[in-house]
Amino acid sequence: MDISTLIKHLWLTPQGNMPILGTVYIFFLTLIISLPLGIIVALLRLSKVKVISYIVQFFISVLRGTPLMLQLMVVTYGPSFIAKQFGYNLSMPEKLIPVVIAFSINYAAYFAEIYRGGIESVPRGQYEAAEVLGYSKSKTFIRIILPQVIKRIVPSVTNEVITLVKDTSIAFTVSYVELFTEVKRIAISHSTFMPFIVAGVFYYIFNFLVTVAMGKVEKSLSYYRI
Amino acid sequence: MNILSMENIKKSFGSNEVLKDISFKVNKGEVVSIIGTSGGGKSTLLRCATLLETIDDGTITYMGEDVTYYDQNGKLCYAKDLNHFKKFFGLVFQNFNLFPHFSVLKNVMDAPVTVLKRDREEVKKECLELLDKMGLADKATAYPCELSGGQQQRVSIVRALAMKPDILFFDEPTSALDPELTGEVLKVIKALADEKMTMVIVTHEMAFARAVSDRVVFIDGGVILEQGTPEEVFVNTKNERTRQFLQNYNS
Repeated sequence: MDISTLIKHLWLTPQGNMPILGTVYIFFLTLIISLPLGIIVALLRLSKVKVISYIVQFFISVLRGTPLMLQLMVVTYGPSFIAKQFGYNLSMPEKLIPVVIAFSINYAAYFAEIYRGGIESVPRGQYEAAEVLGYSKSKTFIRIILPQVIKRIVPSVTNEVITLVKDTSIAFTVSYVELFTEVKRIAISHSTFMPFIVAGVFYYIFNFLVTVAMGKVEKSLSYYRI
Repeated sequence: MNILSMENIKKSFGSNEVLKDISFKVNKGEVVSIIGTSGGGKSTLLRCATLLETIDDGTITYMGEDVTYYDQNGKLCYAKDLNHFKKFFGLVFQNFNLFPHFSVLKNVMDAPVTVLKRDREEVKKECLELLDKMGLADKATAYPCELSGGQQQRVSIVRALAMKPDILFFDEPTSALDPELTGEVLKVIKALADEKMTMVIVTHEMAFARAVSDRVVFIDGGVILEQGTPEEVFVNTKNERTRQFLQNYNS
């Protein structure tokens, strides 16, 4: 298989799958869900109600302390396995759904810890100034605190986003057709190493674009200093 | 009329009793300076007055309305709608605490527009006038990080004034500034005093306190040891502890 056929194949397989798009889907859907979800998790983690904080801490520690690959398998195969125990036969949903759920929950846990660090690093005086001026708690958070948090955490978020690009390849473990799944299949069936190199170049370019985009975000927030 | 009345205020942090039965009133148009040693309770009194700290015992009243009350079990409670009382006062912090991501104009406009829900154009006009008055007209579009400490503090004074408070509190407004920048801030406060703005100023600037105040209050060890006109406190000092404190300042 020559390189242009390979790339065409990775765009659209004869079976009608789109491996590159699969990778892109996981990436964007995970970000769209996990970035806001992380804020909610971080706020629950910082809740003054100890029970809530402890429960969230426990989940964060499990999600960060076990392999994403394992979590992915639990989310993908767990429901139908459990259903079978009770005598039901659950048809497998579109694989993208469990993959995105697993990735989003996992990344939300990481993002939550980044947000938490950002929220805790905003000086007490910012809250007090807002409080004296009569801002409600939610207005204080949305108008005053969150923008400063975002500026502080962009570099750490960039790190996670770069990792996410590479982590999308883990979806091969549940046979969701994304780039790496297809690359591995072709490499084995055609006994060639080239697909791996193509995949490497693809991930590298993807991350190059991510770095450029995040650099732009960072720059757009550089009009003020904290 | 008393704009603020605090009676028999007690406040402890753990076992550390910071305010021991302090009563403190401010009349309309009055400029009161609070002086005293660090850790003596000055700032805590101010933080209790501005509702940043809750008192353990006593009563706080703004414009004759009770901020705190005792329920039928004799337990101290705060009024439900504290925002109603926050409209009465403004606070200028030692460290300015401007919002770094807002321009100067947005810093001073945001609360009147988003909290008080006032008309944006009207607020903008007022704020630009206030900034102009403080010599900051050309800084409206600048960000706090582009300003000197003295300019930042003047912006934070405008931010407080834009809420049209009945009383303005200052918590050591010049303590975080380079000595050569204190003058510009003190000048602004002096101008407000001349306009009969009701103010309470916690300060270490004795000459300033003497020049600008109608009344000087000396707080030490969580109690008011002496108060009176600047003349009474600085010249005809009665309390031995006050005299010691002032001597340390003059030497």
